[in-house]
Amino acid sequence: MVKISDFLNLSARENVERALAKAREHEAFHALLSLSEDRALERAAKVDAGEITGRLAGVPFIAKDNFLTLGDTTTAASKFLENFKAPLQATAIEKLEAEGAICIGKANLDAYAHGGSTENSAFGPTKNAHDQARVAGGSSGGSAVVVALDIVPFALGSDTGGSIRQPASFNGVVGVKPTYGTVSRYGVVAMASSTDTIGVLSADVEDAELVMDILSGQDRKDMTTLPDFFVPTLIESPKRIGVIKEFMTEDVDADVRARVTEYIEAMKTKGHTVEEVSLPMVKYALGIYYIVVPAEISSNLGRYDGIRYGARAEASSLGEVYGLSRDQGFMPENKRRIMIGSYVLSSGFFDAYYLQAQKARTLLINEFNKIFESFDVIVGPVAPTPAFKLGENTEDPVKMYLADIMTVPASLAGLPAVSVPAGVTNEGLPVGVQLIGPRKSDALLLALAKEGEK
Amino acid sequence: MIAQEILDTYEMTIGIECHVQLATATKLFSGADNDARDKDPNIATSPIDFGLPGMLPVLNREAVTLAVKAGKALNSDIAEVSRFDRKHYFYPDLPKGYQISQMYQPIILKGYVDAPLESGETVRVRIHHAHIEEDAGKLTHHGTHSLVDLNRAGTPLIEIVSEPDIHSAAGAKAYATELHRLMTYAGVTLGNLYHGNMRFDVNISVAKKGAAELGTRAEVKNLNSFRSVERAAQYEFERQIEILEKGEKVVQETRGWDDASGRTSSQRSKEDAQDYRYMPDPDIPPIVLTREEIQAIQETVPELPSYYRENWSVLGLDSSVINTALNTHAVATLLGDIYPLRANKDAVLAEFEVDEAGYEELVKKIFNWFVSIPEEEIDTDKLSSGLVGPRRLLGLAKLVASNKLSSTTGKQVFVEFFNEAYDGKSALEIAEVKNLIQESDEGAIDAIVDEVLADPASAKSVEDIKAGQEKAIGFLVGQVMKKSQGKANPAMAQQAIRKKLGV
Repeated sequence: MVKISDFLNLSARENVERALAKAREHEAFHALLSLSEDRALERAAKVDAGEITGRLAGVPFIAKDNFLTLGDTTTAASKFLENFKAPLQATAIEKLEAEGAICIGKANLDAYAHGGSTENSAFGPTKNAHDQARVAGGSSGGSAVVVALDIVPFALGSDTGGSIRQPASFNGVVGVKPTYGTVSRYGVVAMASSTDTIGVLSADVEDAELVMDILSGQDRKDMTTLPDFFVPTLIESPKRIGVIKEFMTEDVDADVRARVTEYIEAMKTKGHTVEEVSLPMVKYALGIYYIVVPAEISSNLGRYDGIRYGARAEASSLGEVYGLSRDQGFMPENKRRIMIGSYVLSSGFFDAYYLQAQKARTLLINEFNKIFESFDVIVGPVAPTPAFKLGENTEDPVKMYLADIMTVPASLAGLPAVSVPAGVTNEGLPVGVQLIGPRKSDALLLALAKEGEK
Repeated sequence: MIAQEILDTYEMTIGIECHVQLATATKLFSGADNDARDKDPNIATSPIDFGLPGMLPVLNREAVTLAVKAGKALNSDIAEVSRFDRKHYFYPDLPKGYQISQMYQPIILKGYVDAPLESGETVRVRIHHAHIEEDAGKLTHHGTHSLVDLNRAGTPLIEIVSEPDIHSAAGAKAYATELHRLMTYAGVTLGNLYHGNMRFDVNISVAKKGAAELGTRAEVKNLNSFRSVERAAQYEFERQIEILEKGEKVVQETRGWDDASGRTSSQRSKEDAQDYRYMPDPDIPPIVLTREEIQAIQETVPELPSYYRENWSVLGLDSSVINTALNTHAVATLLGDIYPLRANKDAVLAEFEVDEAGYEELVKKIFNWFVSIPEEEIDTDKLSSGLVGPRRLLGLAKLVASNKLSSTTGKQVFVEFFNEAYDGKSALEIAEVKNLIQESDEGAIDAIVDEVLADPASAKSVEDIKAGQEKAIGFLVGQVMKKSQGKANPAMAQQAIRKKLGV
């Protein structure tokens, strides 16, 4: 697959043209919602003229279409924002541009990042890079597929409950969900503010490391960002690895378990100690997640009301403007989450659902903290199955939610987690292994993943 | 109209929520200008105020500082940890679909305000808490459509919630007035009521005196003057009694106030009350303050009204004079510089050639000017520039005390102190320029008296006086004053008249 180094010290214009051509060649996968050709070529000319320099000078990339960018629309894959042009850019985009990287287009996603298959996009699903009959995963499905198809060496994604890791795993690429607060969320369409993270999908770990090094750091526009702690590192001593017992049961696809087990065996041969570890609280993680996250979603989506921007429905009263605009602008999954969220926040239910879930979340965090006293990193699969068939889970939202079971615990606890390719199933579908570490261990996870590539 | 005897059998119970607009340079969560006065709609806004996708709030620390100062003025404790919550509802003036407020852990905790009544008594009103929140925008309706102006959206407020400790309309007014003094003294707000810098929601219920339970309350929202607080409370008191006297029930509801008609009217009943679905705001970390930080901020709060009341109590002025003087912070600080005297006491007494008692008389004259001259005639905003200093005021008071100026011309000079054309000019210099110095020269006064007595128009009065009608002297003194253009010393004029007429 293509790497960042394949694009350095070449004509930026040619890099951009090559990426755009590739994107057009692979239109059948429906990984992209828009290409910003004019702006990309304009920026390429500046790089070629030496006006913009940096560690990513002339390197093309693609952003999930929930990042505000100049040049073309930012739709969040929703009808509501179908024609929305942002007047400013996300901090993550600004940081990459400052290093000379060039955004050539916007990747498909589940509308407002609600989903795990990219089938909830208002503009149609993205197809898996390895099997067009299967889902790309989600919600950053487009971002994973454009990397897997060699269109660009890396893409930006957002991960609220697994939205980078799971599509990375389904398409055989690297996916990094950093510690909560590592990368500014400014300018990224909010899903659930307390678990939203910004990360990268790439062909190899070294590239992910470089991009994370650029993206990380405090942003005065996002009060939840942490002072920059991300320093690329190397593995110099054996690590204590825990294998998450609850993620390796018979319910998990046999091929997935086999690939993960092989990956862990390889870690042993590099001198790391490996032990099984139990996380009893993870069985509640999905329940906690689907209370806290919809609550925040119902709040964050309140601004899409048809008054100031976005699609406004033809209506004759204020109530109708709200009702019809939101009815037409949101996908069924968006509405489902708004309803769940509104319900758990309503007076009389707040204590029983939202507060209770937050308390359970604290217990989950405490459990992780305890485990990281004895382990440096814990590992398991990213998802219980490889990429499923398009349409397979769309009729049953709970079944779709269950696919998130292995990724939501780290999200709720704000922990860094990396999805690394670990081979393929007998059918040739990619399998990912997930490395989870304590807060701010992002660089260590990537160092381990890098070691695992060799 | 209900008979006073019936009104007297009831008692009102009032709690007040007051929204105070904080005097920050920028908004609560964005860098947009916080001063929307005289600006076109939607000019003082940023993408954050506009609620664009992906925008995040950035807390303005200045607002926190002002809240901590407000806490001192309210005799409240400050929470070492406080948090923001989201209050959800849909309305076009609310861009995010929620208002950021503090529902569960407000920054300002229990406190109290001692509000002086016009009777001279004081009512203590306990503060339940006060919290920081952002204001909404403004909606104007134009027949078939409405327009949204977000200039005010995101303006920082503190909402001060009182306990139901007030039992009279006068008490409600007194509390509102004292809150205004406290918040302006502490520098929390500009306190411009015309621009809605302070808005009051009055919760009022009535019950028979001595009843164990409070009645059903109505909330009169968005009152923006002390007088409307008082009038609305009294109106509601009588309206609710009338309902109860008819054997009906007061409805729990929100009511609006119409200043022109002096009436409240129903806006929204409790049945329409919204479920705000409060939720902790995950975008804003808690406000954490150490005891030391709180103390350091509160040490910068200037002296509050109680300090001046205590210092001035020995002057023997009417409490209404003192409270009126306290209405404007700049007036209070200026008067505070004049009285009491401190380190430089002896030098000041010597300069104005008075003893302590004489000095207090000068001070009282100055108080009376500030209290009696209508607000329209003097622009107290100019006090902050130091235009009207203690020395000029004392100089003027001394001129009046020593009869160089009459009390009437003294007031004229006082008003001119606020005129930049006379900047730096002493009272004497202004009086001379304007030719106001009182004529106390015996020869000059004699000459005018002669003129008046020689006037045929005075003949009748002269006769009356000679016939023992003392009152007629007043007429002649008046004539002398008129001829001298108000400058003649009236006491000397009277003396001269008596001497010349031999009475």
